[in-house]
Amino acid sequence: MNPNLLLAIPMLPLAAAIIAGLGGRLIGRAASAAVTIAAVAASCGLSLYVLNQLLHGVAAYNASVYTWLLSDGVNMQVGFLIDRLSALMMVVVTFVSLCVHVYTIGYMHDDNGFQRFFAYISLFTFAMLMLVMSNNFLQLFFGWEAVGVVSYLLIGFWYTRPSAIFANLKAFLVNRVGDFGFLLGIAGVLYYTGSLDYQVAFNWAPAIAKQTLHVAGTTAGWPAMTVICICLFIGAMGKSAQVPLHVWLPDSMEGPTPISALIHAATMVTAGIFMVARMSPLFEQSDTALSFVLVIGATTALFMGFLGIVNNDIKRVVAYSTLSQLGYMTVALGASAYSVAMFHLMTHAFFKALLFLAAGAVIIAMHHEQDMRKMGGLRTRMPVTYWTCLIGALALIGTPFFSGFYSKDALIEAVHASHRWGAGYAYFCVTAGVFVTAFYTFRMIFMTFHGPSRMDHHAEEHFHDVGWDMKGPLVALAIPSLLIGFFTIQPVLFGGYFGDAIRVLQANDVVGEIGREFHGAGSFALHAVLSLPLWLAAAGVYSAWHFVLRRPDQATAIQQRFSWLYRLLVNKYYFDWFNENVLARASRGLGLALWRGGDQAVIDGVLIDGSAGAVGWIASRVRLIQSGFLYSYAFWMIVSLVLILGVLLVRV
Amino acid sequence: MITLGHMLTLSAVLFALSVAGIFINRRNVLLLLMCIELLLLSANFNFVAFSRYLGLVDGQVFVFFILTVAAAESAIGLAILVVLFRERRSINVEDLNTLRG
Repeated sequence: MNPNLLLAIPMLPLAAAIIAGLGGRLIGRAASAAVTIAAVAASCGLSLYVLNQLLHGVAAYNASVYTWLLSDGVNMQVGFLIDRLSALMMVVVTFVSLCVHVYTIGYMHDDNGFQRFFAYISLFTFAMLMLVMSNNFLQLFFGWEAVGVVSYLLIGFWYTRPSAIFANLKAFLVNRVGDFGFLLGIAGVLYYTGSLDYQVAFNWAPAIAKQTLHVAGTTAGWPAMTVICICLFIGAMGKSAQVPLHVWLPDSMEGPTPISALIHAATMVTAGIFMVARMSPLFEQSDTALSFVLVIGATTALFMGFLGIVNNDIKRVVAYSTLSQLGYMTVALGASAYSVAMFHLMTHAFFKALLFLAAGAVIIAMHHEQDMRKMGGLRTRMPVTYWTCLIGALALIGTPFFSGFYSKDALIEAVHASHRWGAGYAYFCVTAGVFVTAFYTFRMIFMTFHGPSRMDHHAEEHFHDVGWDMKGPLVALAIPSLLIGFFTIQPVLFGGYFGDAIRVLQANDVVGEIGREFHGAGSFALHAVLSLPLWLAAAGVYSAWHFVLRRPDQATAIQQRFSWLYRLLVNKYYFDWFNENVLARASRGLGLALWRGGDQAVIDGVLIDGSAGAVGWIASRVRLIQSGFLYSYAFWMIVSLVLILGVLLVRV
Repeated sequence: MITLGHMLTLSAVLFALSVAGIFINRRNVLLLLMCIELLLLSANFNFVAFSRYLGLVDGQVFVFFILTVAAAESAIGLAILVVLFRERRSINVEDLNTLRG
């Protein structure tokens, strides 16, 4: 493959971001939108071309294009590793990004920050592509942090809102915690291999697995690979919002909806999943780390789903759904089913972006109303949004033949086939999660689109269906949400699509195990009728219909009967409370103590003021000698001379 | 017979006198300058004495240097003294303590 062509893929959005960001005022709104959309469309086209090349047998590209610096034998380079794994991510990222770019024209139409927004999302596309295409840890980390920065900027896009500023700070801080682990993991790899290159690290993986790590001189050694993998995964926990570092994602909904779809559903939050899949040769060497991944993912998948049930903000419901689905992907990683995780990542990117954009369309139509209790009956008034949103919802809950069905069912099967420690718990969580997913998804659909309208006078007055600039992307995303699973499950999961990009040890090959029972996408779907998840999903939809449309009074009754449980869910398991009152307060206390004690007392008081004071005191004593009279100076000179000469003479 | 010891004694006496003059004199800056001259002369005297004792002319050459420098120094010193007097209308050493810290 031509490196210039590969280089163009991330550089075009970067150039567009610079043009729209710095020259936005000069070239105006329409030109800013046009230049960024053109750049991302070109990127998308090139990504598709690259994927097509790889599918037709062109060898994977792995080379460095630029050496940034060489320090103590460590080569820091910019390079690309383009295999089928990264090509798949590139296509997903650029396609969703393109849809979101187009959608933004309508969504941000009345906003003053129109050009700024386009610059940010183009910059995001650049950063994400750098992350995905990287062939070394340094560039991965660069992309990782760059998407974090853009996410920060976009959550706080409406920077005059205090809640947005709080949310973006929170996202940034929580991600720092994860990044700290990530950096330690990269440092571990560098320590053992002396190189930041993926391929070197992968080749060394079996050797590292035999090493033990002695932390801070302790005698008990830890398996080096487990430590490295868990550290790397802590980074993924921050970026992909896994318990307990998930708290920033629901709050990130303060940003404009298009970026919720792009960054906080389809692409950036899946960076952690992608990273672990990319590091599969490392993770495969540590069963302990994979069990850790499995348990964290399972906990996220089920318990974050519950929170979706009690929320009334349409975007937050989708956000909790994203958390839960990220948990599903993580479970697949933990079960060594990396290809399934990537498959679910891909289908999820389409249908979750679709759901977010549909929610955004509803919000715009309702004149910035996000509370589902004030919606209802929108089915007839926004038919395109309704039908596309329904496709997204059906895909999310895993209706046979929809894309989400294939990825989720394969995922559950893979977990079922896994024998890793924690797999039983994970299987329970993901299966129960199916019911929960169906319940909150259709609660949202029913509350928003069905039943009587509960709009207030203000919203009724301003209600207007959205234009085709917003409906177009919905349709464009609805098509893959509906079809992509059916057509790609066979090649991606069982046809060896990923090849060498994902390495699984023979003993852990759960995908191969379920592959033996696989006889085509059609029969896979028909077979599901006999399996538990489908019935659980149906039960979830039925319960949602029952409690939202038929007997809302029963829902209220249950809510009052189990008020402690309701309070627990509404307060999000008190994670925020814990973080704010224990962790944040403790760190503020520590900071205050260090400031008062360390900084003000010791550094300012003793070292700085103290040394100056000491010099001043000595000077005030010494000054008395300085009478200003020549004869006294001469006297001291002579006396000193006599003394010095005397000493010298005596010594001789 | 005048020996080296006599000459050095005379030189030391001159030196002690001039140092005492610098210390004890609290009235007149002019006297201060004269004492400094005397100080230099006592040093010169040492040079000459040793020059003669060792039979080398180096010391006498040095004396010429020192005399030249002393002449220049006293010229500058007197010029400063004149300016000082114009400014302060006084050459009292007790009044000249602006160097105090």
